[in-house]
Amino acid sequence: MYVTARKNQENEGQEVCIMSQGSEKTEEKPKPPAAKPAPKPEEKLPAFEKELADKITEEFGQKTKVAFVKPDRIRINVESQDIRKVAEFVRDSLNFDHAESVSGVDFPADKEIEVVYHLGSYSDSSLSRKILALATRAPREDNPIPGGDATKLPSLRDVFYSVEFHERETFEMLGVYFEGHPDNRRLLLPEDWADLPPLRKDFAIKGR
Amino acid sequence: MATELPPGLALRKVDERIMTLNVGPQHPGSGHMRIIVQIDGDYIVACDPDPGYVHRGEEKMAEYRNYITNIPHLERPVIHDSCNILYPYVLGAEELLGIEVPERAKYLRVIAAELNRCIYTMYWLAIYGIFLGHSTMFMWPAGDRELLIDLMEKMSGARVTHAHFVPGGVRNDVPANFEDVCLRQVNYFEKRIKEYADIFYDNPILISRTADTGVLSRQDAIRLGTTGSVLRASGVDYDVRKKEPYDVYDELDFDVNVLKNGDSYDRSKIPWLDMMESCTIIRNALQKMPKSGSVRVKLKPNPKGEIGSVYKRVESGRGALGCYIVSDKKPEPYRVKLSVGSFRNLIALPYLLKGEKLGNMPSVYWSLNYWPVEADR
Repeated sequence: MYVTARKNQENEGQEVCIMSQGSEKTEEKPKPPAAKPAPKPEEKLPAFEKELADKITEEFGQKTKVAFVKPDRIRINVESQDIRKVAEFVRDSLNFDHAESVSGVDFPADKEIEVVYHLGSYSDSSLSRKILALATRAPREDNPIPGGDATKLPSLRDVFYSVEFHERETFEMLGVYFEGHPDNRRLLLPEDWADLPPLRKDFAIKGR
Repeated sequence: MATELPPGLALRKVDERIMTLNVGPQHPGSGHMRIIVQIDGDYIVACDPDPGYVHRGEEKMAEYRNYITNIPHLERPVIHDSCNILYPYVLGAEELLGIEVPERAKYLRVIAAELNRCIYTMYWLAIYGIFLGHSTMFMWPAGDRELLIDLMEKMSGARVTHAHFVPGGVRNDVPANFEDVCLRQVNYFEKRIKEYADIFYDNPILISRTADTGVLSRQDAIRLGTTGSVLRASGVDYDVRKKEPYDVYDELDFDVNVLKNGDSYDRSKIPWLDMMESCTIIRNALQKMPKSGSVRVKLKPNPKGEIGSVYKRVESGRGALGCYIVSDKKPEPYRVKLSVGSFRNLIALPYLLKGEKLGNMPSVYWSLNYWPVEADR
């Protein structure tokens, strides 16, 4: 590993190599907490982003949860049955006009799969720095039948046209079926893929 | 034959009049992907892009390696633009690990990112030229690209796949005479690419082939969520370097190139104009860069990210490139998602090809500044 190779004279990186990245190695010598950069003092929430988040919570009340408000980044957690309405509100009233990314994250411990829509705006210049993350969760089954089990979410393709390929990718990679998507075919995986959806945590890479 | 197909699979109907053509994945003009076009005579009635032939599971691999060992493989999707594809990952990892980057490293990163943007664009331009039948436009960029590759070799030690950016700065400092050499090469490079106007961009043959083909209106460019040169050719002034400056882009003077027509010609011109802007940025950064100082902060072995998630984005050679990292206080990230410009622009391809002549397919397809390997990840 090149970083450690260059740190040799500092006597610390020598023990680390690519193969020994297991957790027990790091737990052997815990770093003193003083080595960490001191956490920044509690800052006031950025006003503009706070206002955007408040608009959403005003409209939907208890149905939405503001996960965090950071400079330029807002994250809203929504239940799956409300996500379409929240997305329509975000598009029509807050001027977010396209999706930058749709990411599925598998949480086997919670028996849920999270789908995060990162929304941005081209047409409203006051929002050009901002990214609104809209997250929802679908139930997860241990023996998935992609498309045929309970792992389903309403599609946002009618609200944000730009999610079309992103949702297709999420479907094949995590097995989340998007109801209302006009074209729920596979995109990147081969047609004869018969294994688990590969981005689920229980699909393990051989040798790792 | 079973009538029930599992979800995700579909059978295609055969029409008497419409012919279905598979362009690729072996066709040299399609890149590593297949474009299924349906043609009625000479006109395309439907197009279905089928990427995935070079899907390598970068995102899955990233869950098994720690923040540092992820670097060399995450840059593989675009080896010509390897600094830019690593950039959002490195910025995100820095936020999760709580690292402050030295000032000189920020400038070196900007210089490396702009050099990489030019290297990628020259490669793309060479391909664009050859698929329009302009073999000089293949030779010239392929040759002039070497100037900048030599610079990157001086800077990082590798011609391509530099693995130069690490959380906390850049891997190593530049050699002593780098600034002079860089300035000289970049000035010559800029002089060279200006000559491309005479042979390529002002060439009436190119203009007649690409102007008014594959027109993407401003509203549709926004609705489809396109990015980078596709978006800016349709008249939307959006560049992440300007709108959400990262590292030291807010201290540098440069303009964002925007054209209005949204046709293949404008889409192919924006990256070329961007290269000249890159030269300005590099000269500007060389001037303002601190002449000495640290270029990398020391990391703990196997650093662990704070619990949380981060979404960072940069402007790559193909548009905005976002990286979403979820961390659960382990040395390995819990999830890494790359939202790449090529993948986002692909959605415009079926839209643009509908109603075009089959002969215009290469010019429209390559004008999207699409890199199949990056889209597949």
